Amino acid sequence: MSSDAITIPALEVQEKPWVDLLHEWVTTVDHKRLGILYIVYALVFLMLGGVEALIIRIQLVHSHNDFVSPEVFNRMFTMHGTTMIFFVAMPILFGFANYLVPLMIGARDMAFPRLNAFSFWLSALGGFLLYFSFLGGSGLYGAGSAPDVGWWSYAPLTAHAFSPGHSSDYWTLALLVSGFGSIGTAINILATILCLRCPGMKLNRMPLLVWLNLVMAGMVLIAITPLSAAQIMLLIDRYLGGHFFDAQAGGSAVLWMHFFWIFGHPEVYVLIIPCFAFMSEIIPVFSRKPIFGYPVMVAATVCIAFVSMSVWAHHMFTIGMNSYANSFFTLTTMAVGVPTGIKIFNWIGTMWGGRIQFKTPMLFSIGFLFQFLIAGLTGIMMAASPFDWQLSLSYFVVAHFHYVIVGGILFALFAAFYYWYPKMTGRMLSERLGKWHFWLFLIGFHLTFDVMHILGLLGMPRRIYTYEPGRGWDTLNFVITIGAFIQALAILVFAANLVISYFKGARAGNDPWDAWTLEWSVSSPPPAYNFATVPTVASRRPLWDLKHPEDPDSRYE
Amino acid sequence: MSTATTSFANTAAARHLPPRGKVAMAGLIIAETAIFTIFVVAYLFYLGKSLTGPSPREVLEAPIFYTICLLSSSLTIHFAAKFLARGIRFAFLGLWLVTIVLGGLFLYGTGQEWHRLIYEHGLTISTNLFGTTYYSLVGLHAFHVTAGLVMLVTVAVLGVCGRVGVKQLVHIEVLSMYWHFVDAVWVVVFTVVYVLGR
Amino acid sequence: MSMLKMKSSTLRFLAQTMLLLFWSAMAGWASEPKGSSPHGTNIFAPASTPAKSIADLSVFVLVITGIIFVVVFALLVYSVVKFRGRAMDAGREPVQVYGSTQIELAWTIIPILIVVVLFLATARVIHAIQDAPEPAGAVDVAVIGHQYWWEFRYPELGIATANELHIPVSDPSHPTPTFLQLLSADTDHSFWVPELAGKTDLIPNHPNRMWVDPQRTGVFLGQCAQYCGVQHAKMLIRVSVDGPEDFAAWVRTQQKPALEDPGVAAGRRVFESNACMNCHTVAGTPADGRFGPDLTHLMSRATIAAGAAQNTRQNLRLWVQNPSAIKPGSLMPAMKLSDADLDAVVSYMETLR
Repeated sequence: MSSDAITIPALEVQEKPWVDLLHEWVTTVDHKRLGILYIVYALVFLMLGGVEALIIRIQLVHSHNDFVSPEVFNRMFTMHGTTMIFFVAMPILFGFANYLVPLMIGARDMAFPRLNAFSFWLSALGGFLLYFSFLGGSGLYGAGSAPDVGWWSYAPLTAHAFSPGHSSDYWTLALLVSGFGSIGTAINILATILCLRCPGMKLNRMPLLVWLNLVMAGMVLIAITPLSAAQIMLLIDRYLGGHFFDAQAGGSAVLWMHFFWIFGHPEVYVLIIPCFAFMSEIIPVFSRKPIFGYPVMVAATVCIAFVSMSVWAHHMFTIGMNSYANSFFTLTTMAVGVPTGIKIFNWIGTMWGGRIQFKTPMLFSIGFLFQFLIAGLTGIMMAASPFDWQLSLSYFVVAHFHYVIVGGILFALFAAFYYWYPKMTGRMLSERLGKWHFWLFLIGFHLTFDVMHILGLLGMPRRIYTYEPGRGWDTLNFVITIGAFIQALAILVFAANLVISYFKGARAGNDPWDAWTLEWSVSSPPPAYNFATVPTVASRRPLWDLKHPEDPDSRYE
Repeated sequence: MSTATTSFANTAAARHLPPRGKVAMAGLIIAETAIFTIFVVAYLFYLGKSLTGPSPREVLEAPIFYTICLLSSSLTIHFAAKFLARGIRFAFLGLWLVTIVLGGLFLYGTGQEWHRLIYEHGLTISTNLFGTTYYSLVGLHAFHVTAGLVMLVTVAVLGVCGRVGVKQLVHIEVLSMYWHFVDAVWVVVFTVVYVLGR
Repeated sequence: MSMLKMKSSTLRFLAQTMLLLFWSAMAGWASEPKGSSPHGTNIFAPASTPAKSIADLSVFVLVITGIIFVVVFALLVYSVVKFRGRAMDAGREPVQVYGSTQIELAWTIIPILIVVVLFLATARVIHAIQDAPEPAGAVDVAVIGHQYWWEFRYPELGIATANELHIPVSDPSHPTPTFLQLLSADTDHSFWVPELAGKTDLIPNHPNRMWVDPQRTGVFLGQCAQYCGVQHAKMLIRVSVDGPEDFAAWVRTQQKPALEDPGVAAGRRVFESNACMNCHTVAGTPADGRFGPDLTHLMSRATIAAGAAQNTRQNLRLWVQNPSAIKPGSLMPAMKLSDADLDAVVSYMETLR
């Protein structure tokens, strides 16, 4: 048994001038650096999207408030949604995938390093284009600048008649460009996983994170592209006189909805599946047991990927489809809950009989399990289409999807940060600040999003810049706003942790968590070449086999 | 886990892992298929729904000759690759150039058809739903043919300069996959637009 | 030992927070005044068959999902508490279990059964609501959505009005439901009056159909639920469910052309010589515009600007003078009338009962 890192004696190295460092980072094709670029980029947009959310919450803190005008409010919710989905969630998950996948499969880099860099910069351009709209566009009735048509850009609101100026075009182009970047990254992930695995790593020996990113990459290829196609059609309508969504010429607003949601629903699975991947790596390590039911976890994920392509019109239950269509989508939507539920059971099964360590990554993982369970159940509620006829387009559905995205995805991301930050930087994040971050965020999250469900049940629709005082919504909105600010505070604690720990954090060795996958076999941070010699694996947990030569996993697989 | 010091390439090939270029092209083809599917769905959805203007039956003429050109170019590119695999560069280059000519002919045919539709029948992308969906779908395909031709011409130039040999076979096969995809899309588009649509 | 204490104190803290949360929510819900109308917008206070069917189904779904939540949450809490690592375990790994086919089968089959049950219950309600035939005594209303107001037309009764819908109460033994046809003049909208029915969208080029059969009289509130532009938030709905006599009286009034009052002839002249008649209809006069709401019986409505303001002289005057003061972004232009003209035209409008 030998370590895979080559030890280089400490040398006297001159500090590189910052211009050279900047040049290195801008021209890098190294998957680890690109991964970090994606993550830092996403964190910046998280702040921007968060500010937009706070503006929304301040405006809604009581009825008939006038903190911002309706025009500004409409831009805020459009930009908040668009930013969070396309310029926070997608890039940050691609960033983690980029960083971890080659390391976990024993590879030197991604299959196409230059395509990797190109995809990142395309995505970055998209974000820039979207925010440039604040300066460059003008929206409904010359009302402003950034797009204000909602993040779904429903037709015919995006037709020239209702969106003069260029705000809609910034939305369209920004997402078209970053969409191509996403497709490039997905192709890269696919090729990397299928072609660059180290010897011994058969498909059924890959870490679950690798499997789930493979499924995610496959989904990106067929989920993002319908949106790209629809956006090309929208551009043809707006600039070449096309009639795809032009009601006057017989065009159909419903067609846009179908195309959008054929993208939109699989997209949310694209976002959650990498988070399932994080949970499937972190929960076993902090329970000190292997994942319960590895083959079923893979099968369930593939099942989710397929079934999720058949549920999209549950976002359209109110548009007047006939009863057979509504019944069909009710059935498929409920069905997709089965493999998803199975995964929750498997994670609990992993914890069962273990020796759970309540470090910060595990705290966030437990939070994820609790919240994702609730989010899944409110999803089942809305799958019952008559119930959805009341709940759709109200604050209930806003609460549901924030439960998934914040309570699920963001919690899983926080777990991933605390778990892999040591690997990426060589320093541990502060456990103390981590616990403050966790509890503050948990309290703020529940204050906001638990209460928000009630608002929906009380009839408050979404995307309204103000509301009537007699409806009974004031107190609840006030509580929700307080929760939002508590979450903001928690995020500041997190940001502080990231920065302070970079300079003052305890040094992490190769393997601070006593984990079992290949990335923990190299130094923290890894050398540029990842592995000095190509590893060979004989089981799903190569480091477990090394640490427990008397009882290796390879005996049981 | 042991630390073998075998070289990367040997290990990969010995374990029958697919070449990354082909996997990547397969991924791209899957993505493009999804895009084309959406345009085909829009075309089919709007069949017969135009409120005004020329209808497909009135103005469309199936471009049989140019279709045969494009589909034959799949054959020629296939055999070009086969010859390259056997190291017969001369045949490879010849068939490659024939492929380019056939593809160029197809594009010429599309241009000719569009000219006729626009100037004789007054059908443009903004005329009616048929115009919008027809020009978008056929145009998207023609764009992909053009992109493919650009790549084929690049390879032809490199081939004429003697830079394309057996070592570049994988790249040629990857490009050939793309070209077959473009042809397959045309089979679908042709069926939907000129057969079903009329 | 110390970990045990720490764990229970944090659990206690968590429980306290949850309780606090729950009670403040309940307090908020209960303490708000119900406002000017006797009915709110609570989906669990249904007054009409579609809303009732939905509420009943919802309770069924909530019970099932509630049970699932309790079971899984209990398992989660149990595993977190029972299997927490103790200091004395450091260095020793627990038994490595890789899976169990029986358990996997169990927790696959049970959810599938639950899905089948839920689906069947749901499908019944879908058909009952969507495929309900229209009985002979039904009232037909065409609802046309505009940015940012509602147009209501009763084709069989020859009535056109805006923003405030009057429908008859329905006796379950002799049902007189109202069937609404939903259309749009511009972009997408959604008709949502929670206590009467689920929402249905208004989409251009895509007529939709819904029905309500309210079993209680009173005023029911709702608003547009599909983002339709800058003043989506102020596209409110007032549904007045009237007893049979009241409804008949209302219909009779609405069917009459505009009252003619010679005392406001000056105001009427202002109305007809400015651009007002291009957008608004006043039955029995030359004004027959369709872009804006029908004003023939404006004063029979409690609010103006689709609920954005109470229908008072002051508000009317402000609205005509400067709509942006009440609803910025509304498509009603500021008419830029002189004060005298403004007062005259408002006096005229006040006679449109």
